[in-house]
Amino acid sequence: MKSAGLDIGSRTIALVVIDDAGVVAATVQDTTYDPIAECRALLAEHSFDSLVATGYGRHLAAEHFNATPITEIKAFASGAAHLRPGCRGVLDIGGQDVKVISVNERGRVADFEMNDRCAAGTGKFIEVMAAALGYKIEDFGAAALNAESLVKVNSTCTVFAESEVVSLIAKGEARANIAYGIHDAIAERIVAMVTRIDLAGEIFFAGGAARNQALQKILAEKLNARLFVPENPQIVGALGAALSGA
Amino acid sequence: MADNRQMWEKLGIDMEAHDALLGAIPALVEETFMRQENRPAKMDFFDFVLGDIHGIRVHELQEIKANGGKVIGTFCVYVPEEIILAAGGTCIGLCSGVDIGTAEAEKVLPRNICPMIKASLGFKMTKTCPYFESTDLVVGETTCDGKQKAWEILGEMTPTYVMELPAMKRDSSRRLWDSEVAAFKNAVEQTTGKKGTDDDLKKAIAKVNGKRRALQRLSATRQADPVPISGTDALLIEQIAFYDDVERFAAKTNELAEELEARVAAGEGVFPKGTPRLMISGTPMAVPNWKIPHIIETSGGALVVEESCTGQRYFRELVEESASDAMDAIADRYLKTDCACFSPNDERIENVIKLAKEYNVDGVVYTSLMFCGPYSVEYNKVKKALDAAGIPVIKIDTDYGMEDVGQIKTRIEAFIEQIKETVPAS
Repeated sequence: MKSAGLDIGSRTIALVVIDDAGVVAATVQDTTYDPIAECRALLAEHSFDSLVATGYGRHLAAEHFNATPITEIKAFASGAAHLRPGCRGVLDIGGQDVKVISVNERGRVADFEMNDRCAAGTGKFIEVMAAALGYKIEDFGAAALNAESLVKVNSTCTVFAESEVVSLIAKGEARANIAYGIHDAIAERIVAMVTRIDLAGEIFFAGGAARNQALQKILAEKLNARLFVPENPQIVGALGAALSGA
Repeated sequence: MADNRQMWEKLGIDMEAHDALLGAIPALVEETFMRQENRPAKMDFFDFVLGDIHGIRVHELQEIKANGGKVIGTFCVYVPEEIILAAGGTCIGLCSGVDIGTAEAEKVLPRNICPMIKASLGFKMTKTCPYFESTDLVVGETTCDGKQKAWEILGEMTPTYVMELPAMKRDSSRRLWDSEVAAFKNAVEQTTGKKGTDDDLKKAIAKVNGKRRALQRLSATRQADPVPISGTDALLIEQIAFYDDVERFAAKTNELAEELEARVAAGEGVFPKGTPRLMISGTPMAVPNWKIPHIIETSGGALVVEESCTGQRYFRELVEESASDAMDAIADRYLKTDCACFSPNDERIENVIKLAKEYNVDGVVYTSLMFCGPYSVEYNKVKKALDAAGIPVIKIDTDYGMEDVGQIKTRIEAFIEQIKETVPAS
């Protein structure tokens, strides 16, 4: 039996196919303006017996591909529990939302927090800020780690922070220092969410932003906790979806 | 309908803006109500009222006015309807559940204020609510900072009377409230030109209690599993209660309740037995705000009770009919209302837990309109009590906009998944 999980997020689509032996396929690609066409092409490349969809586009996939929808919350909890047995806390920074999930001893969701309506502190925010400072997204974290000092950035609202960054540049601040400030501001916001639900022990860090080394380091410091970043943090939701269909 | 348009024009309605407002309703009604399965037959009256929302009842108001009657608009469940009826007036709830005239309202109000206040002034300023334009007097109250300051501005646009509501429930608060209820009676009688006698008050008490009893009866059927009516439909009825004719509404609600009782007896419902049962607790939802109930009931949940002003807070308490002093009995009943504007407000906390148990609730969706200080802050105490009782809760802060529907749906679906995993299937 092959079970497929499809995670249609705001920025990327991930597909994971598993069988009894483990993962047989795992891919990540851009969502684009036409996620259904992207999914159709992606699904055509793989064979599977069941399909579970999660992410922002889960209901669209349910309608078009006869997939069973589950929420990202459930998908990330079971994906993380599978990759890191015994894991009790999950942080996912996705394209346009941030989820903090506490997981019970059976690998199920015990409680969760999720940002509402605004993209503050999400992957999209990181992208916009990197662009405002002229960095490629993959270099942004390393730049922040090379900063000489921290420049305080007060806002995590994409619109306000962009103008804050513009005025910091105008003041002659080194862009690496501003980059550090941006990462620090995101981490502050995440810490506030994490402390609202009691996460115990190591935190499983998923989503595209988990690849960012500066975020990994600053979050670990501020949370005073060990972070575990899986080999491919962008497929955790799709894996969880596949597992729930298996 | 042609005679609707004529009436609206006569009322000075801004026809273009009003057409745009009403134009959005049919699709919303179709999506929210008509696609539900197995609806009770006796919803037909309420669907009919909804289908002609600015028509038939507004015509009735014009007829009342033509015969010398007065229409009094209110924004809060603290305003005693009995006093208005006893003085020969007609009471209409004016709260708005749609963003209307935001740009106009923001000329006089700050941007970051509760959407209900903003829309109330927005309706008046854009002349798009025929109910508002039919009123002879509107009544505000001091339930929150935003409202009590907004009335000063509304008072420049239309005759406005403000009741002072105490913020606590001490003996001195009760004395203040007694005097406010008496002063309100005078103000209403000045508008209607008719004095409400003791006998008039007693008749009005019986009439409004009749409406409350009908709503209580309907609500009680929702304790059954499977639930015989959707929460989305029940909310609509609770909303219509604010502006329909009192006796007709009670009669129609009783007819529906009878049908629901038969459904319960036959074990019939609108969702499968064992569907996770949710309660809404928090701020009111005025027409056409059906956002959260619709999300709940299209995400695998059943909404079984509303702990809100458009719900239990409106009909839970009756006015004592055998009391010798009718005014005292009225003051007594209204001060029992457990709005978050009171401090402390332990009655509400106790009531949330009591309702959760009575309705066998699996989880609570705590809803707070954006920028509503009282309900948003009171969440802390409600959550503590729910945690202690082992009842899961999720808090949703939102307004009338639709841009956050995707994220709210994800959160509510996840909440329901979480409930399903912890509650053994029955």
